[in-house]
Amino acid sequence: MTWKQMFTSSVGKKLVMGFTGIFLVLFLIVHVGLNACIWAMDNGVMFNKAAHFMGANVVPRILEIGLFAGFFLHIIQGYMLEMQNRKARGTAYAVSYGNKGSKWYSRSMALLGTLLLLFLIFHIKHFWVPSRITGLEPMLIDGKEYHNLYGEMLVVFENPVIVAFYVISCISLAYHLAHGFQSAFRTIGINNPKYTTLLESVGYGFSIIVPLAFAMMPISMHLGWVN
Amino acid sequence: MLDAKIPAGPLDQKWTKYKGTVKLVNPANKRKLEIIVVGTGLAGASAAASLGELGYKVKAFCFQDSPRRAHSIAAQGGINAAKNYQNDGDSVYRLFYDTIKGGDYRAREANVHRLAEVSTNIIDQCVAQGVPFAREYGGLLSNRSFGGTQVQRTFYAAGQTGQQLLIGAYQALERQVALGNVKMYTRHEMLDVVTIDGKARGIIARDLVSGQLERHFGHAVLLCSGGYGNVFYLSTNAMGSNVTAAWKAHKKGAAFANPCFTQIHPTCIPVTGDHQSKLTLMSESLRNDGRIWVPKKQGDNRKPGDIPEDERDYYLERRYPAFGNLVPRDVASRAAKERCDAGYGVGSSKQAVYLDYAAAIERYGKTEAGKRGLGSASHDEIIAMGKEVVKEKYGNLFDMYEKITGENPYEMPMRIYPAVHYTMGGLWVDYELMTTVPGLYALGEANFSDHGANRLGASALMQGLADGYFVIPYTVGNYLADEIRTANIPTDHPAFVEAEKAVADRIAKLKGINGKQTVESFHKRLGKIMWDKCGMARNKEGLEWAIQEIRKLKAEFWSDVRVPGEINEMNPELDKANRVADFIELGELMCLDALQREESCGGHFREEHQTEDGEALRHDDKFMYVSAWELNGESNWTLHKEELNYEVVKPSQRSYK
Amino acid sequence: MEHTTINIKLKVWKQANTQSKGYFESYDVPGISTEMSFLEMFDVLNERLIAEGKEPIAFDHDCREGICGMCSMYINGKPHGPWEGTTTCQLHMRAFKDGDIIVVEPWRAAAFPVIKDLMVDRGAFDRIIQAGGYISVNTGNAVDGNALPIEKEKADNAFAAAACIGCGACVAACKNSSAMLFVSAKVSHLALLPQGAPERKQRVMNMIAQMDKEGFGACTNTGACEAACPKEISITNIARLNAEYLSASLTTA
Repeated sequence: MTWKQMFTSSVGKKLVMGFTGIFLVLFLIVHVGLNACIWAMDNGVMFNKAAHFMGANVVPRILEIGLFAGFFLHIIQGYMLEMQNRKARGTAYAVSYGNKGSKWYSRSMALLGTLLLLFLIFHIKHFWVPSRITGLEPMLIDGKEYHNLYGEMLVVFENPVIVAFYVISCISLAYHLAHGFQSAFRTIGINNPKYTTLLESVGYGFSIIVPLAFAMMPISMHLGWVN
Repeated sequence: MLDAKIPAGPLDQKWTKYKGTVKLVNPANKRKLEIIVVGTGLAGASAAASLGELGYKVKAFCFQDSPRRAHSIAAQGGINAAKNYQNDGDSVYRLFYDTIKGGDYRAREANVHRLAEVSTNIIDQCVAQGVPFAREYGGLLSNRSFGGTQVQRTFYAAGQTGQQLLIGAYQALERQVALGNVKMYTRHEMLDVVTIDGKARGIIARDLVSGQLERHFGHAVLLCSGGYGNVFYLSTNAMGSNVTAAWKAHKKGAAFANPCFTQIHPTCIPVTGDHQSKLTLMSESLRNDGRIWVPKKQGDNRKPGDIPEDERDYYLERRYPAFGNLVPRDVASRAAKERCDAGYGVGSSKQAVYLDYAAAIERYGKTEAGKRGLGSASHDEIIAMGKEVVKEKYGNLFDMYEKITGENPYEMPMRIYPAVHYTMGGLWVDYELMTTVPGLYALGEANFSDHGANRLGASALMQGLADGYFVIPYTVGNYLADEIRTANIPTDHPAFVEAEKAVADRIAKLKGINGKQTVESFHKRLGKIMWDKCGMARNKEGLEWAIQEIRKLKAEFWSDVRVPGEINEMNPELDKANRVADFIELGELMCLDALQREESCGGHFREEHQTEDGEALRHDDKFMYVSAWELNGESNWTLHKEELNYEVVKPSQRSYK
Repeated sequence: MEHTTINIKLKVWKQANTQSKGYFESYDVPGISTEMSFLEMFDVLNERLIAEGKEPIAFDHDCREGICGMCSMYINGKPHGPWEGTTTCQLHMRAFKDGDIIVVEPWRAAAFPVIKDLMVDRGAFDRIIQAGGYISVNTGNAVDGNALPIEKEKADNAFAAAACIGCGACVAACKNSSAMLFVSAKVSHLALLPQGAPERKQRVMNMIAQMDKEGFGACTNTGACEAACPKEISITNIARLNAEYLSASLTTA
């Protein structure tokens, strides 16, 4: 089987979704870990240092390309699968099976994903673009100049609409993960019930803790819980 | 007198010798020979697959939407094979002997011996195909025991043995379809056999989706179309199971053998009302642990739990102390009918007896308490443990009972009643499974050959697969070896044109009657006549009456049936009308056969012929033969006899007391 | 069993043939005994329709004991109706109450075109099996059945997967009309057994290719198939199929 055949079958496409999904989950761990530095109560020193490391060191920069590729594949493939899957139904049912057979969020991955895509666009505009392209106010730490990403966050999250938008997006992320986390592992073939049940529990835990942590960031900043 | 063409020589050498001397067809010629297989159950699917593997060009037909739906799939219990894996004294001879005895000495020795011989190959073949038979912890195959035998020779896959075997054969068939050796026609029904110069040369089939008639040529035609139990309307058969293919063959000259030999299964869920469309079997294995009883008082309307022990009549244990609840199917069925007819039946219809698990639950509970070292367990705890054990053994059957009846069989006894299950009779075939029409074969339940007057449990699957996998690949070659010079006959041959026209005319006639009564209502009426007069017990007066009634019903059918819809479209009512018309004609022949056979044997019980205590009484001096009926014209049959010569087994009166 | 008589209203999909446009037709069905099976209720209605000179409703059914896989109604938004682990033919009217409106639709999937009314063409399943759902062993090739011991747990798991009756409820239930539960049940059945090993890789790749060709959707692990399956086939089989596919595609040329 050629690589092309391997990844263009329906199972192959799902493998792409699964592997990129797991990669994005790993990214979330790094991201949430770094961002948690805002709660160091040091006026953003630790956070800005960490952000600087991510922006300046070559390893994260290479990984960042991978990250963009991962996002790109996950999004494009997701939409293509959604289209293909919708076509497979033909005529719609008058009465839907609904929640009798599955969780609503497991059936709404494309919708949740679209919300996350919207969020991603704004999120990149809010932080990535200024940090990497247009530039940010500098901040002096130990006599060295750092981008004050922390300051930028404080500015952006002054706006309650943006905070609300971020919180809603985190809820979308939570549900997307609640299904996606364990589904990704099934898709790549984990089938021993001993592991699938474990992954299910870990998945639920992950999908609550990580989005909650993310959601607390704009809230903390808006309400001045940091510093 | 019919010649079964049984090879000469000692019984246990016949098949080996036959295989060693039979004519062969070389591979190049096989490619030129076409074989039609009608029906894709165990016999049909295994035959089509095996013949495709040999290199013949095969066309297979089924009326269902996929070959995997055939009713072989519904067999629950298991499949017998003389493997002697249990080291309990089984052998080919014992399987042969049990089958002959179980069939009440009305089966052909040579066929049954061959069946027992190939039984072991079937298991090997099925295992190789991936049939997931039950296994022991050591990884080896597991066996269970079944009615009518003293050894454990039944292989099984939980309660779905038929399904797993059929899927195995179906997969082998689909593999041949993929390889281009078999062409599969689903949703097609055979409506006639085409004969040219006395030989079967093809069929007329109807595409059930478009309603179009099609002509198909074949050097040989194999009918694997199952039994005709649906002549009774209510049976454990599938709704679509029908006699049409076999009956068309009969009309084209194939003799029909022992039509009155029908098997009534004792443990089915009783009828609930006029709406009943089919009956569901509860596996025979339930009789291993359940106790069958009725109240001692007639018309006792108390709930079963309120009837004290000493007011219960465990009639099987009373009448047959040696075998008790494990007497053969025909005996258990008749005993239930006797009690109900005498007014001791239970349930709202009074046409049911109790199958009680209370004693088994308590017994298992006590054993379990002993195993777990709970000597002081209370009665409730014992019952709870017993229920767990019973659930593990029979859980799926109990669930099925609860779904259908709404009653919990763990709490109250199940109600059961006998129902039509299998037909031992069928198209007469010789040793090579060829009917009296050259080139026309019948396999599986569609033929009559191996079960005599009563079939033992777990033998139907064995016979279907034996015929398809291991018998027909040899015997059909013996015929086809002489056909290699026969070029394919084009289907514009007058015989095809004529046959198709006859089919089209009949369909047009059915549709054109445009009467008032539905097909279903005729089928129900036929079923009632057959069940009442040609069911578990028959007598001269009743059968004569039934024949007259069926003739009247036939006239009424052909003048007042209503078939809605159009001919050239998907029309299930039209399909059914075609089948019911044939069932009516078959019903008459069954009654005629039952009337002619002035003895009781196996599933055929003539009230005039019973012992003093009501047991079946065989007349070997007068009826040691197969009745093969040839159709001459409407309601006009000639009886041909095939004498049964028992060279090895000595027939004796069966006793289970 | 206590039984009552109920009056219900049916809304049934009617469609003359594959090409024509379908629509819902309503029927009042009075006097139904709760002891009837769901299909017997249809029989009663059809008998009445024929007597009234109307077209009966066409539906697939055969064994009526829950094993052949032919019956296929989507009842009130659930394949095979409200009971768990039950085929339409084993569903009984006890499941409904007086005055209920029951909506009955055919399986909906582009790969299962409607033939008439509630009947669909499931030939796609046969073609998927043809693509590799078998073990290539000609009649007569086999060694002794006990020559190859099989671990009981594996044999039991293979059996559980092989219990699939090919009814198509999984496709009907899946929001993507995916046939993955069906395909994975067959792949698992044969992959778990040593007899299936020689063709293991080709089997999974070919069956998936055929599944895609038939136009079924992809699996998103929602679990709707498992919930609707009358034989309660586990979606663990789908994960096993994925593993089989991954390893086959990585290790073949």
